[in-house]
Amino acid sequence: MSNEYSPSSLTELAKMLMQLDDLLVSCMRCGFCQSVCPVYGATFREADVTRGKIALLEDLAHELTADAENVNERLNRCLLCGSCETNCPSGVNIMDIYLRARAIVAGYKGLGTIKKLVFRFILPKPGLFNFLVKISSVFQKPFLKRANQKVGTSTAAVLNPFLGRRHIPSLPGKTFASANGSVMEPGRGGPMVALFPGCVPDKVFPGLAEASLKILRHHGAGIFCPTDELVCCGIPVLASGDVAAFDELTKRNLEALKKRPFDYLVTPCATCASNIKENWHRFKDRFSAEHQSLIEKIHSQTMDLTAFLVKVLKVDFQPSQNEGKIVTYHDPCHLKKSLGVSAEPRAILKSLPGLSFKEMPMADSCCGFGGSFSLFHYDLSKQIGQSKRDNIVKVSPEVVATSCPACMMQLMDIMSQNNDQVEVKHVAELYADTLN
Amino acid sequence: MTLSPNLILEFKTLLGENNVLTEETDRLAYAYDAAVLKPVTPALVVMPTSEETLGRTIKLAYDNGLPITVRGSGTNLSGAVIPEPGDGLVILTNRLNKILEINQEDLYAVVEPGVLTANFANAVAATGLFYPPDPGSQAVSTLGGNVALNAGGLRGLKYGVTKDYLMGVEFFDYNGELVKTGSRTVKCVTGYNIGGLMISSEGTLGVFSKLIFKLVPPPKASQAMMAVYDTVQGASETVAAIIAAHILPCTLEFLDQKCIRVVEANSKIGLPTEAAAILLIEVDGSHQAGVDEDAAKVKSLCTKCGANDIRVAQNADEKNKIWEARRNALPSLARARPTTVLEDATVPRSKIPQMVSELNRIAEKYKLEMGTFGHAGDGNLHPTILCDKRDEEEYRRVEEAVDEIFDVALKLQGTLSGEHGIGIAKAKWMEKETNKATIEFSKNLRRALDPKYLFNAGKKIV
Repeated sequence: MSNEYSPSSLTELAKMLMQLDDLLVSCMRCGFCQSVCPVYGATFREADVTRGKIALLEDLAHELTADAENVNERLNRCLLCGSCETNCPSGVNIMDIYLRARAIVAGYKGLGTIKKLVFRFILPKPGLFNFLVKISSVFQKPFLKRANQKVGTSTAAVLNPFLGRRHIPSLPGKTFASANGSVMEPGRGGPMVALFPGCVPDKVFPGLAEASLKILRHHGAGIFCPTDELVCCGIPVLASGDVAAFDELTKRNLEALKKRPFDYLVTPCATCASNIKENWHRFKDRFSAEHQSLIEKIHSQTMDLTAFLVKVLKVDFQPSQNEGKIVTYHDPCHLKKSLGVSAEPRAILKSLPGLSFKEMPMADSCCGFGGSFSLFHYDLSKQIGQSKRDNIVKVSPEVVATSCPACMMQLMDIMSQNNDQVEVKHVAELYADTLN
Repeated sequence: MTLSPNLILEFKTLLGENNVLTEETDRLAYAYDAAVLKPVTPALVVMPTSEETLGRTIKLAYDNGLPITVRGSGTNLSGAVIPEPGDGLVILTNRLNKILEINQEDLYAVVEPGVLTANFANAVAATGLFYPPDPGSQAVSTLGGNVALNAGGLRGLKYGVTKDYLMGVEFFDYNGELVKTGSRTVKCVTGYNIGGLMISSEGTLGVFSKLIFKLVPPPKASQAMMAVYDTVQGASETVAAIIAAHILPCTLEFLDQKCIRVVEANSKIGLPTEAAAILLIEVDGSHQAGVDEDAAKVKSLCTKCGANDIRVAQNADEKNKIWEARRNALPSLARARPTTVLEDATVPRSKIPQMVSELNRIAEKYKLEMGTFGHAGDGNLHPTILCDKRDEEEYRRVEEAVDEIFDVALKLQGTLSGEHGIGIAKAKWMEKETNKATIEFSKNLRRALDPKYLFNAGKKIV
């Protein structure tokens, strides 16, 4: 961990948190965040909602409490879904506060050994990461038990200590990266796109990364996808407050991306998109001048795949007959709340032949995944997921679509756990299926 | 925390381990509400999940002499749910959140106190009925809190406020005994009107367990408009003229120049930034023709009183745009500076021009940034002071300015608070608005119903 985020005493911790004072003080304690916070909706506890968390951070900064351990625990009971920030009447920069506070507190407490191993050793090394996935996919077979055929999930008793009783998608034999290698295609007159597949599409849902590639090819875009150099976008490490690992991953990605000029950076992962666009930019001061100017450029070039199709490629998605399998759509928080994209994926879904679009109630409520939140707070994650599931089945769909592979993992788990016969698909997969 | 471990164990046995918060970290998150006041950390926080355990919680707390503060969503602006110092207990009502009945034949609903106002209004709307009170915090506020503070909102002029909808209450007294008052009928003269006493009692007389609310048929037609003025006087005369013409708009809202400018700077919706004030007016009713007639009259009154521009919403989109200006007033003001002090001293409608000019004088005198918006039809303005509470010198000026605002409101035969409550913030002013006998009477009342003075002792009447 870099020194700037490593307070050694409680007083020093308080002093560092005081750097956030200008951000914290703008919370007027109106409590409006209570109406949108998925965690608060499940627990009704004020320390679980942003107003309470901000109060706790202020208390720690002003040394009104010495219990850094518990404040940190409450701070981490958060999905970073951004619902509160979107709805905050005083415009408090909540994500700024949380990411910086997590960095400061993690610096004080230190990371656990497992996190350190994964964040510092595995994530920055694409070759090693892929090797581990390959090994796991070979060895998973004896341990996995089919949970739900339609959803495509399994249970792994051996993993229960790590994953809870989660129903997980079976790992593919080959990652997207190992199947395709690095891609560099000039395209047919379309804009040059840096395709950022994201870890989950690359390793868990390679079909989604393939679908993205197919769509971009179909529309004649140039494609630059250096799979052997791109690494994790950095959100898991940033969410855990490991800024040193975030620096390392971001630098590696920037080095990979600077090798070819491109017009847009496109990803099928809502979380990668918002992290690359918003958080790389948020922490840009941590990088060299060269990297800073690249980050600036990427900040304005980064788009989610569905928005890219509608806004840049201007694909004419005409509403279809709206007959066939019922499909509904879940808004990923990192797409709707962080990037304001919600109409585009719906426009695509409504245009697809053989599908009939039906809006579920509260389509933009969080699914409860939240990355490592779901590992450390699986019961809470499941409880939030259950309300999502209850809203999904209200429209009796055969397919639930979304635009984020992380949400897909959660949706697969909750649908599978409820034994629902509903497929979970990314909008891009459904669209790619209609292309020849 | 000095509570005995045995007592804590008793609460845990009664309510379940998970519904008793003892850790400092959890308790710190209940030390405040939405008022800009000093936080007080409670000794214990409990979350009853049934009426029965709520009653037993109160008895257990009262028998053990714990100061009791009942809290819904903690959104009030007067410090009414800041815990009491010492062994303060906070009782949360947010798990008592069931809508028990919506009766479409007899037009009433029965709810638990922790139901959120907006959820209730939506559930009522889904049955084709209407619950009008719409406090600014309705997305998060609880109905129990609305009754305890007599919450108002934008529809007060025509539809009234929370008190006009409360038909009955069931509440626990200090012994944990259930008291029932009011009924499901339109008329009811059985016993004292204790429900009326519970309205705006700020948690000082008992703890609600059930509320019965009146529902009304919704309006079928409406028309919204914005009128633009060069002078506050013109806007205010319009308000008086509309009422004098016996038209009751469902909303009649005022924004001063400061508000117009901050809203426009934030949201670029095309507001007239040179105007001294705007009025946002909506008339509604059961027939379009009648509404159109009222709207035409209102329009001509606006012109007569000096409006230089009147924008009538031609469709739902334009109507939404008009109300966006009002919705964005507080958020836009709140973003300007770190601390937002939102007041609600209220004056008779006809005194609004004087009140606004006094507010401007006070802002200038104390060199403070202030924007004023609010419910002009009710004389209920929200002078909003923008400051930074960390700047002690500036904050002292804020406090002096607030005192002077109250002074002026009382001089104009107004009142300390239209809808935010007295709580801690305005308790010291109570006698000035009323008199010593009133305070003594209120104290006697409190002593009779709360002999140990444990129900939110530091609030309202002190």
